[in-house]
Amino acid sequence: MPTVDFAIGIGGEAGQGIATPGDILARIFARRGLNLNAYNAYQSIIRGGHTFLTIRCGNGPVRSMGDKLDVLIPLNQDTMDRHLKLLRAGACVIFDGDKLKPGPAAEGVQICAMPMKQLCGANKLGANTVAVAAVLQMLGIEFQPLEDVLSRQFKKKGEAVIAENVNVARAGYEFAAKNFKAFPFKAPNLGKGMAVLTGNQAIAMGGVAAGVKFYAAYPMSPSTGVLMWMAAHARQLGIMVRQVEDEIGVMNMVIGAAHAGCRAMCATSGGGFALMTEAVGMAGMIETPVVCVDVQRAGPATGVPTKTEQGDLWQALGAGQGDYPRIIVAPSTQLDLFNSIPELFNLCDKYQCPGLVLSDLLISEGTASVNPDDLNFKAKIERGDIIFPNGNGNGNGNGEGANAFSGYNDNAYLRYKNTESGISPRAVPGVPGHIYVAATDEHDEDGTLISDEFTNPAKRRMMVEKRARKMETVVNQITPPKLVGPDNAMVTLVGWGSTEGVIREAVEKLASEEGVVANQLHIKWIVPFHVEEITRILSRSKRIIIVENNYSGQFARYLRSETGIAAHGHVRKYDGEPFMPHHIVNAVKEQLAGATNLSVPTHEIYV
Amino acid sequence: MSTVTVVEEAPKQAAQLTKDSYKGKIHPDWCPGCGDFSVLSALQAALFELGLKPNQVLVVSGIGCSSNLPGFINTYGMHTLHGRSLAVATGAKLANHELKVICTGGDGDGYGIGGNHFVHTMRRNIDLTYIVMDNQIYGLTTGQVSPTSVKGMKTKSSPHGSVENPINPMPMAIVGGATYVARGFSGKQKHLVELIKGAIMHPGFALVDVFSPCVTYNKDNTYQWFTPRVKALEDQGHDPTDFRAAMDKAFMWGDEIPIGLFWKRTDLPSLEDLEPVLHEGGPLAYRELGITDEQAKAVIKELL
Ligand SMILES: Cc1ncc(C[n+]2csc(CCOP(=O)(O)OP(=O)(O)O)c2C)c(N)n1
Ligand code: SF4
Repeated sequence: MPTVDFAIGIGGEAGQGIATPGDILARIFARRGLNLNAYNAYQSIIRGGHTFLTIRCGNGPVRSMGDKLDVLIPLNQDTMDRHLKLLRAGACVIFDGDKLKPGPAAEGVQICAMPMKQLCGANKLGANTVAVAAVLQMLGIEFQPLEDVLSRQFKKKGEAVIAENVNVARAGYEFAAKNFKAFPFKAPNLGKGMAVLTGNQAIAMGGVAAGVKFYAAYPMSPSTGVLMWMAAHARQLGIMVRQVEDEIGVMNMVIGAAHAGCRAMCATSGGGFALMTEAVGMAGMIETPVVCVDVQRAGPATGVPTKTEQGDLWQALGAGQGDYPRIIVAPSTQLDLFNSIPELFNLCDKYQCPGLVLSDLLISEGTASVNPDDLNFKAKIERGDIIFPNGNGNGNGNGEGANAFSGYNDNAYLRYKNTESGISPRAVPGVPGHIYVAATDEHDEDGTLISDEFTNPAKRRMMVEKRARKMETVVNQITPPKLVGPDNAMVTLVGWGSTEGVIREAVEKLASEEGVVANQLHIKWIVPFHVEEITRILSRSKRIIIVENNYSGQFARYLRSETGIAAHGHVRKYDGEPFMPHHIVNAVKEQLAGATNLSVPTHEIYV
Repeated sequence: MSTVTVVEEAPKQAAQLTKDSYKGKIHPDWCPGCGDFSVLSALQAALFELGLKPNQVLVVSGIGCSSNLPGFINTYGMHTLHGRSLAVATGAKLANHELKVICTGGDGDGYGIGGNHFVHTMRRNIDLTYIVMDNQIYGLTTGQVSPTSVKGMKTKSSPHGSVENPINPMPMAIVGGATYVARGFSGKQKHLVELIKGAIMHPGFALVDVFSPCVTYNKDNTYQWFTPRVKALEDQGHDPTDFRAAMDKAFMWGDEIPIGLFWKRTDLPSLEDLEPVLHEGGPLAYRELGITDEQAKAVIKELL
C-alpha cells in the first residue's frame, strides 16, 4: 500500500466551533484505522483571537503535526489571510464562498469556494459540516461514516435534527464531487479502528490503570483536562476527585490520602507545581509515595498559558528544599504517558518517594490515535513493603490483641527502620500494633523528632543516608535509552520528553531529503539518569546536537552536570509553539555547514 | 517485588484501654507552664472517655510549639508542614473515613499561613476535629505577632505595637460553615475535655479554639489575665443552635470572654455523606486497586 500522509488545518476565532469538525474528522479517520496526530494552537481567551487546529493522518506512524497542509478550512477571513499563502501545489482551501475572499495563492492550490447559503438552507450552523463533507469526498471516503458520526453527535436532539444535518452534509458531499478535483490518493480503510485520546486523558487513564483512588487538582491550563476526565469518571470508577482551594492544598491532600494507603495523584502546570514544592519535599521526608504531573507551559510566572515549552526541568530537579529521593520521568507520547503512570506508581510505592511526570501542552492537549489493545488497564501493580490491617476493607483494625496499641511507645515497629536497602516497611494508619508519627522534622527510626532529644548529628546523617540509599537501585528497574538509527551517523540528535516524534521525523527527512545521516538518542527517565549508558552512546557520536523547547538549554545543562558531556550544538525553540520537523532539519543543516552551533527556529505562522 | 503485609489481629485477650494507652513516648518539650500541656491532657482524656483505640485515631499537626503534639500522644500521627494540617488531614480522612482524624496546631499555623485551608475545610463540613492552641503569638519562632494578637500588642516583630486587627476565629467559623464551633481555656481542663469530646463525636467540621497561654512570649494574655474573664456558656443557658445568640457571644471580648460551645448544627450533611464513592466498600485506602474489564471496556469505547 502506498504511503498516505495528509494534514488538514481548520482555523477561526475561539467560539466559532473548530472543535466539532475537528472531532468529526478525527473520529472518521481513526475508525478507518489511520494514525493521527492533532494539535490545536489557541490563545487564552474564550472568544475571538485565532485558533488553528491541525489534524495529520496517515497509514504509517504520524509522530508530529508535520510540515505541510493539504487542506485548509478557514472559518473566517483572518485564517484565510494568514494561512492560504503557506499552501503548496496540490493543496486546497475549502471555504464559504458567500463570506470569504481568497487572497493570492501559490500555483496549483485548488480554491474550493462553496455556496454555503444555498447548500445549508435554513441551517445556519451547517457550514462546518458542509466543509467536512467536502474534505471527506475529496479524500475518497464514503458518505456513510459521516452520517454515522452526525447521528451520534445529534442523538440527543432527535431524528429531525439528525436528518437536517445529514441532508446538509450530503449536499456538501455532492457539491464537492461535482465541482472539485479529488486528491490523487484515497484515505485507506485499514479495518481495525484506532482509539483517539489527548495526553491529559491518557494521564488520567494511566492513573486509573495504576489504581488511583484519590485525585486532586486546582484548574490550570494545560493540565485541567486531567481533572475534567477524572471528575467525569469519578463515580463510575470509584475515585475520590477533589478540586481544592489551591495547589498547596492539592499536594498536601494527595499526600494525606497516600499516607493513609491510597494511590493518590495530581496534575498541574508549572505555576501550580511551584506552590506544591514544599509538600513534595514532605513526601520525600515522610517517605510517602505520590505522583504529580507537571504539564509544562511557557513560563515564567503566568507566562503564555496556552503555549508549550519544556521549561520546568530544573524546577522539577530542584523542587523543594534539601536533598531527598524523587523520581522524574518525561514521557514522549500520549501512549507513553498512559503506560508511564502505573510504572511510576510501582516505583514510588517500592521506594516510598514522590514521582514527578513532566508532560507539556504539546502532548497533553495534543491528540493522538492509539491501538485500543495497547491501552492496558490491567497494568502490573506492585505496592512495595506495605502493611494493611486485616478485614476486607474494614479499616478500623479492632486490634484486640495485646499489642494493638503499641508501636510508637514501645519500639515494636520502626516505621523508618534503617535497613540495608533504605526501604522501611510502611504501615498505614489504622493498623494495630504499628503506631507511629510521620514527621517532616528530621526524625529517628521510630519517628521521634531528633530535635526532641539532642539534635544528634550521627542520627541525622544516618537518616539522610537511609533515604538516599533507596535510590541506588532504582536505575536498574527502568529501561535505559537506546540509540535509534545508524551507528556511524554524522550527527546525533538528543532530546527529552515530548519532542521524540518530531525529532524522529527530522532524522528521517534529513536522510531522505538532505542526504544527512543522523541518529537519535531520546531520554525519558530524568531521575534516575542512565549515566553509564548515555555516556557510552554519546562518547561514540561524531557530533551531538540537543533539541529542546526552551531558551536556556535546560537539558543540555543537565546532561553536562550528570555526564560531563557538552553538546556540540543546540536547537532551541521558545516562541510558544512546538517544533515542526523542518525547524530541526534546517537547524541541523546550518550547524553542519558550520554556520552556528545555536539555532533558534521561529514559527512561521502566527496562531 | 512487593510485600503487602496484612496484620492479623491477635485473638488474644482484649487490649485494655487505660489513660496511659495514649501516653506518648516523648515527654513534651514545652516550657514549664505552657498551656499546651493541658490541651494534650484534655485530648488524651477525651479519647479515653470515648473509648477510641489509639490505632483508630490519626492526629495531624502543622508546625509550631503546639504542632509538636502528635509526638507526645500515642495515636497514629502526622507532623506535616507549617499551615498544612487541614489539607493533609482532609486527604487522609477521605482515604480512610473510618479513622478519627484530629488536627492540632497553633493560631499562626491555622489562621495565618493555613488560613486558606481553614476557610475551605470549614465550608466542606468534612468530619474533622480541629483543635487550635491559640496563644496569640508565634511561640516556636520566639515571639512574633500572630493573626490573633490583639491590636496594640508589642512583640518582637511589632515592637511599637501591632496596628492590625486580629482575626476572631469564632464568628469566622460560624459563618464559614463549621458545624461545631467552641472555645476552651487551658485553665479549665474538665470543661475542655467535654468540648473536645463533643467535637470528636460531631459528624462534621468541628473547631475548638483554645486559649492556651504561651508563658514565655505572651506577657499580655496570661492565665492571670484570662481566668477572671472567661465565662462558660454552659453556665449561662446559651443555646448553641441559636445563630444570633452564637454570633453575639462570638463577638464578646474584654472583661467578659465567653468559652464553651457557641454553635452547633446537625442538620447538614458532611462531605463524606455527599460523596457516593465512600458509601460502599469501606475505606478507599483498603479497596482493591484497578478496574473491572467491563469498566475498562466502557472507558476505551468512549475513545473509538
Ligand atoms: C513555610 C514556613 N514558614 C515559616 C516557618 C517558621 N515557623 C515555624 S512555627 C511558626 C509559627 C508558629 O506559631 P503558631 O502556629 O501560632 O504556633 P506556636 O508555636 O505558637 O504554638 C513559624 C512562622 C515554617 N516552619 N515554615
Ligand atoms: S514558647 Fe510558648 S508556646 Fe512554645 S512551648 Fe514555650 S510557652 Fe509554650
